[in-house]
Amino acid sequence: MTAILELLSGVCLLLGGVLCITGGVGLLRMPDFFSRVHAAGVTETLAAPLLLIGLLLQMELSLDSVKVVMILILVLSTNPTATHALTRATLHGGQQPLVFDDDESTGGEGTSKP
Amino acid sequence: MLIAAIVAILVTMFLALIRTFLGPTEYDRMLAANSFGTKTVLLIALGGYALSWNSYLDVALLYALLNFVGTIAVMRFFEYRSVTDERDGPESTP
Amino acid sequence: MIAVAAIVLSDLFAVVMLFGVYSLLTAALFMNLDAVDVAFTEAAVGAGVTTVLMLASLHLTKRWEALPRHHHFPGLLVVSITGAALVYAVLDAPLLGDPSAPVHQHVTPRYIEQGQAEVGMPNLVTAVLASYRGYDTFGETVVIFTAGLAVLLLLGIKDDPRMRPGVSAIGDQVVLRSVVKVLIPLVLLYGLYVQFHGDFGAGGGFQAGVIFATAFVLYDLVFGEGSARAVVPPRWLHRLAAIGVLIYGGVGVYSLLAGRPFLDYSALADDPVHGQHLGVLLVELGVGITVFSVVLLIFYAFSGRGRR
Repeated sequence: MTAILELLSGVCLLLGGVLCITGGVGLLRMPDFFSRVHAAGVTETLAAPLLLIGLLLQMELSLDSVKVVMILILVLSTNPTATHALTRATLHGGQQPLVFDDDESTGGEGTSKP
Repeated sequence: MLIAAIVAILVTMFLALIRTFLGPTEYDRMLAANSFGTKTVLLIALGGYALSWNSYLDVALLYALLNFVGTIAVMRFFEYRSVTDERDGPESTP
Repeated sequence: MIAVAAIVLSDLFAVVMLFGVYSLLTAALFMNLDAVDVAFTEAAVGAGVTTVLMLASLHLTKRWEALPRHHHFPGLLVVSITGAALVYAVLDAPLLGDPSAPVHQHVTPRYIEQGQAEVGMPNLVTAVLASYRGYDTFGETVVIFTAGLAVLLLLGIKDDPRMRPGVSAIGDQVVLRSVVKVLIPLVLLYGLYVQFHGDFGAGGGFQAGVIFATAFVLYDLVFGEGSARAVVPPRWLHRLAAIGVLIYGGVGVYSLLAGRPFLDYSALADDPVHGQHLGVLLVELGVGITVFSVVLLIFYAFSGRGRR
């Protein structure tokens, strides 16, 4: 039983870590704010619960595990909300997403303001 | 495996920090700072368990909350005019 | 490194964010030194409240730091001399954790050895803070109250007719409002937990007061200043701040009236340990109430003013 839990926990932690790094790289490499929001927001909101579940599986059941569940719920509910609110604020500030028109041979135009 | 996850989180925090310094617009910086904060919560939770700190989950819970409030505050004060500003009146829905 | 960046940058917005990161790193350092209560308070105040307040004041002033017009050599000289003197003094200090250091010699062994038996609570930090050094903590509470008083005297809380309930700077964002509506009661519950859990784990009045205030600051940010002032009017906060200090002082005066020294909790009940428990409870309550009302007052004073 504990071997299965350990294996599961290891898998969760590994996946969570990989997703974290993916999000970080996406944050750096994406060309535009809105694509960065996609990269960072989505991967983080998945990576955080995976890492916390991995942690949960490693602890014994106690008050600490309930607190980990609370942190999980908190992060799951506040992270997407904050990203959503940030995106709305950016739109309000006048930033436009970078769009590429496919029918132009030069590869497109960007309309985002620097 | 826990150590690997902690290292992954540290790497991501470093990447987010680079974006905070680089980001051409302030919105990029806000996003990167929010990411940094979320990763910090995870770091405290995992690192506290690994290093056997006392009451580390309380601090992680607190910081998750503060990260959220901080992001909302930054957005509110940077982007939106206060209702008592001389220039604009109350905001309508954007 | 972060401190250097904070000094060098002239974009004050980035400086505020860097200060938040700096506070967080300091909190992590405290955690590593096994000082959880301090780390808790540092994270709560430094990364949360101070960042929000600095952002609020930045909203009122200029975003970019004005570059100095001329170099001020006497000032640089004074600072360098003082800094050098401080570094020289630090070199003479005992190493961290040195058992023969003076701070570990006189009163500390008594606190550590007899704290559990005399005060009866597992968290030694709260026992020292609220019972052994209760007079210091009373001073701290009065300092916080005075800070709130100073902000009120200097800035005042404006009652602008444009701040109506229901009008919010952020606008009517459904997602944000729904999530925050559910989140705020949970935060208040967590604040209550931290307040009363200070006897056993990390916690206590200071942290709990900050958490309570954070809940209402969140409400203010999302739903607008008018609604926040309708929920918690500034008059209540004026009275609450004073009531917090009065509770603390009242416990001390009660001990005096019972014939014991000021803030001697064993006068509160028949059993001394019981009295200590009751005393610490009341005192932390006073601290929590004062911290909550002062932080919220300062936030109201800053956020209600518009940019001219």
